[in-house]
Amino acid sequence: MNLYGKAWKYGDNVDTDQIIPARYLVTSDPKELGQHCMEDADPEFSKKVHPGDVLVGLKNFGCGSSREHAPIAIKAVGVSAVIAKSFARIFYRNSINLGLPLFETDAVERIERGDDLELNPGTGEIKNVTKGETYQARPLPEFAREIMAAGGLMNYVAKKKGLTAGKPTPSDYDARRD
Amino acid sequence: MPMTITEKILAAHAEKKEVHPGELITCRIDLLMGNDITAPIAIKAFEKVGATQVFDPDRLTIVLSHFVPAKDIKSADQCRIARVFAKKHRLKYFYDEGRGGIEHILLPQEGLVVPGDVVLGADSHSCTYGGLGCFATGVGSTDLAAAMITGETWFKVPESMKFHFYGRLAPWASAKDLILYTIGQISVDGATYRAMEFTGEVVERLPVDQRLTLCNMAIEAGGKSGIVAPDEVTVEYVKPRAKRPWKLFKSDPDAAYHSVYEWDAGKIGLQVACPYSPDNVKPLEEIAGVEVDQVFIGSCTNARMEDLRIAARIMRGKKVAPYVRCIVIPATHQVFQEALREGLIEVFAEAGCAISEATCGPCLGGYNGVLGAEDVCLSTSNRNFPGRMGHPKAKVYLASPAVAAATAVTGKITHPEEVANV
Ligand code: SF4
Repeated sequence: MNLYGKAWKYGDNVDTDQIIPARYLVTSDPKELGQHCMEDADPEFSKKVHPGDVLVGLKNFGCGSSREHAPIAIKAVGVSAVIAKSFARIFYRNSINLGLPLFETDAVERIERGDDLELNPGTGEIKNVTKGETYQARPLPEFAREIMAAGGLMNYVAKKKGLTAGKPTPSDYDARRD
Repeated sequence: MPMTITEKILAAHAEKKEVHPGELITCRIDLLMGNDITAPIAIKAFEKVGATQVFDPDRLTIVLSHFVPAKDIKSADQCRIARVFAKKHRLKYFYDEGRGGIEHILLPQEGLVVPGDVVLGADSHSCTYGGLGCFATGVGSTDLAAAMITGETWFKVPESMKFHFYGRLAPWASAKDLILYTIGQISVDGATYRAMEFTGEVVERLPVDQRLTLCNMAIEAGGKSGIVAPDEVTVEYVKPRAKRPWKLFKSDPDAAYHSVYEWDAGKIGLQVACPYSPDNVKPLEEIAGVEVDQVFIGSCTNARMEDLRIAARIMRGKKVAPYVRCIVIPATHQVFQEALREGLIEVFAEAGCAISEATCGPCLGGYNGVLGAEDVCLSTSNRNFPGRMGHPKAKVYLASPAVAAATAVTGKITHPEEVANV
């Protein structure tokens, strides 16, 4: 299933405090978190973003704390995927676990704010409709793709183990205080 | 291909001959850990997908440590979720107040983590166990929940950084000073994503307690894990307590590292991390004399027997300075008992310290010594970000137990030498 949306471009080291400031960690309600998504980098973001839009960063996207609130907020505000030159470790991990598609490629340099994008999470192909270009993201490893396809780690595991599986809602996830 | 100790342990758990940094692998987990903050969320996720069985109830340990004995209604309810689950699934290694303590000290003490293990803990300081020569890292509750079902998890193999300490420790210096110095040098994100391997004659001479302290703060440099190669010292520690067989791994001499730092330990004196970041590290001399309101001797970083012994040695026959308070929290119930038998608790009590049952307490601003806006605290714990121990304006200095004890006696940041021989 392809994803369509406009690019919202930011720079290097977009950290979890910019994605979701610590002052909002008192809640784990996705809706509320989504309202503050990217607030400290771009206060207008959550109001202007459209469902399906794509976050684009340069290197080390999602660095900082281990809070699962960051990918939860991004998903909750309607962002369909994140493209970056590189991702910070725990953000990468949490995103895959929560089923948020990530695209890692140096071609982010070519993408500008407002470009219309078409993404294929299965193949890692990024079509820049505005520029008429196509880029290829480094492919996710097989099992990470399976996790994504299942809609996150818990569903993936449930499926694999033949469990009844209610979908875990993001509110089940909470940041580690520590 | 030559490999580091971290790569070897991961390869063994991924059933592979070799692994390369950057490679994504699926690993078998030897032990899973959750605490009173992270386990309840994992339990809910576990139950939500209809899971009914933990892959191996003897390999999931739950330790209630942060807010126990329950500090309020909410924490009591959280603990209850964990307790009910532990009972239902017959978890052999469930630790409640009065029998447990802080997870990162408890697990090595109980022999639940052994050399060569891969350990997944839903707490960022799970890297502590690397001091025994295993690969241990912190994850979120979702990762814990999934691994509770499958007994495995996925990892990207980290690059390793080597920190080599040669020479001899300076007088009164300890592992805490080495790790504070390291973080000060490479900053709070200097090791992000990587494994921090500690080597050299100085590390080899450190007792296990201090090796755990060294690895405990790897996360404060952003590290995925910390590790010390296991040796006779490790085996001697592990032997009487191990609940499972262990395996000793070692880095190949020609293994590849992201970077190598070599430092003369003799030149690293006592170190203090100043507000508001663990990498704002200064030599003690530079900030000696700063007045404090509270001293905290506790946390998973520095509240083992070794730590309490040195603190008691300094405080013996002395009093906590007037208008200053000193809180001592042994890391586990067993440490508490041992300290009692050795007469250390009496030393602290005589000095006028407040002493409590094992808990994280004020380390994360939970309870038992939370700081107000104007408070200045010298703590043996690991983080001093704004708000970590209470009010965001409160100032926290991080140092070793020796410095903490001396500071409690004088009321200002003090070199232990000044107090110990008086
Ligand atoms: S003592 Fe502090 S750092 Fe250690 S586990 Fe407890 S809260 Fe976390």
